[in-house]
Amino acid sequence: MAIFILKRVGLALVTLWILSVIVFFLGQILPGDPARAILGPLAAPNAVHALDQQLGTNRPVLTQYWSWISHFVHGDLGTSYTYDSAVGPLVWKALGHSLELAIVAFVVVVPLGILGGVWAALAAGKRRDRVISILGLSTTVLPELVTGIVLIVVFGIALNVLPFSATWPPGASLPTQLYHLILPAAVLVLILFGYIEQMARAGTIEALNSDYARTAILKGLPRRTVIRRHILRNSLLPTITVIATQVGYLIGGLVVVETLFHYQGIGSLIVNAATAKDFPMLEGGVLVIGIVYMVATLVADIVYTLLNPRIRFQAAE
Amino acid sequence: MSVDAVSVESRAAIRSGRQQDRNELLRELLHSKTFLIGAGILLFWIVAAALGPTLVPQSPYAQNLNAINRAPSGAHWFGTDQLGRDMFARVIVGARDVLIVAPLATLVGTVIGTGLGLTMGYFGGFTDTFISRFVEAFLALPVVIIAILGSVALGPGNGTVIAVIGVIFAPLIARTVRSAVLLERQLDYVAAARLRGEGPLYIMFVEILPNVLPPIVVEFTVRLGYAVFTIVTLTFLGFGIQPPSANWGLDISTNFGVVPAGYWWEVFFDALAIATLVVGVNMVANAVEQAFEP
Repeated sequence: MAIFILKRVGLALVTLWILSVIVFFLGQILPGDPARAILGPLAAPNAVHALDQQLGTNRPVLTQYWSWISHFVHGDLGTSYTYDSAVGPLVWKALGHSLELAIVAFVVVVPLGILGGVWAALAAGKRRDRVISILGLSTTVLPELVTGIVLIVVFGIALNVLPFSATWPPGASLPTQLYHLILPAAVLVLILFGYIEQMARAGTIEALNSDYARTAILKGLPRRTVIRRHILRNSLLPTITVIATQVGYLIGGLVVVETLFHYQGIGSLIVNAATAKDFPMLEGGVLVIGIVYMVATLVADIVYTLLNPRIRFQAAE
Repeated sequence: MSVDAVSVESRAAIRSGRQQDRNELLRELLHSKTFLIGAGILLFWIVAAALGPTLVPQSPYAQNLNAINRAPSGAHWFGTDQLGRDMFARVIVGARDVLIVAPLATLVGTVIGTGLGLTMGYFGGFTDTFISRFVEAFLALPVVIIAILGSVALGPGNGTVIAVIGVIFAPLIARTVRSAVLLERQLDYVAAARLRGEGPLYIMFVEILPNVLPPIVVEFTVRLGYAVFTIVTLTFLGFGIQPPSANWGLDISTNFGVVPAGYWWEVFFDALAIATLVVGVNMVANAVEQAFEP
């Protein structure tokens, strides 16, 4: 088991390293001269040269990469071009905001998706199943942009019952914060619901058709007990993996949702950094997202292994 | 002589067999309600994209500063925007950009992905491991984030959007093609071709490729839906085509600021257009996926 975890961690580190190279080259080398990008096409050549000198962007590529990544490992994410202050605190603060939004969405969607999936599976092929599945699928394929706008127009403008800006007044209490997060979280919930519901439904149907479920029913156990003790335990396993893979998707969705609802999270931070050509901010934000995603996948893998005796024993061998 | 005759005859047989498969596939698709509805929606937008400017009563670019932010009415079915441009015209004409960029981007991704997948699956070993590692690192980032990085590197515009989406889709498609090739590689016809002395390129593209086409076609249609999704998102974020082009994502991003003032029609119909196109493409993809399943 320890060897299995070590192997997975090692693999994740290699992937992260490759990721850092990709991010660095896409963000720093390909766009060309950062000083020229900041100062604009009309700036004097010696001004550009001076800024290059100051930013250290005229050094050899490998030196630049090494200084960036070695500082990154020590928690120093560099200095933002636009804010002229350390990137680290800005990124962590934005990540905190995004996490708050993501947690609200997850707390709602995970039980909802599992319940919906199990409920649909128990009526597999009937109308209830079809309604839930079609509903889940159609909200899942729609871009966050569309769902967000429809929700804003309906609840924020027409009915005027919910705030369409997620930024709460400074010093707001937790209930006020949550109140502002309802609409943006709803967008994420609508998109994730379909995935989780589909997985839970498929897992439940498979468990329902299994021999052990039939045995349990035939030996006279009440339906509730069969569902709780035999079906749910087995159907939830694949669902857990799906939930973890949705973390990456969720972060991608956050980019649009945060921009749409004017929320100061990591998604809008990356968009703003990209628009302003603030490369250290962009690279820092993107690499932090990569790390979050890798950790989530890793944790999901390990939890899945711990929960599934078949893999647990295989890994131990 | 006799060897040639046999080979010609069997080639003809193979061709007619393939023709038969194709006819059956078509028949199955035409009987699927999902496919017909999806194809209907798609057809509507294709017509809008092809003939858009000649169909709409007003020009999508004509400004009328005496009629800005007008609510939907008989004169302006979808209202007007901040410059008094007719929203109905902009929504209809806006289909063109998405409907050109999405298939092109998906095609680029499919071609690169197929090449990669064939190489990985056929050669296996070090080539496979090496490419797989890169693919995995790439997939560790959400699509939108990679797209933003790519747009920063290449500058905003449709060319960038096509390149970025192509590069993102390539590894995903490569993975599917790779696993299909792994199965094909063990079959007798590949060994026969090798014994005949054919080179790897010939075996990969002439022998194996036709046999792994079904999963590639399915991937293409499924990815097409994601391409629309990604294009709209990127344009909304400001990394796609630039103003004053009529484009759904762009219109939403320019008009979004006035929605709190109650001018909902300036973004709502664009959102609706995106929704119908995405749902239509997904319905077609679903039907194709089901038709190809044995």
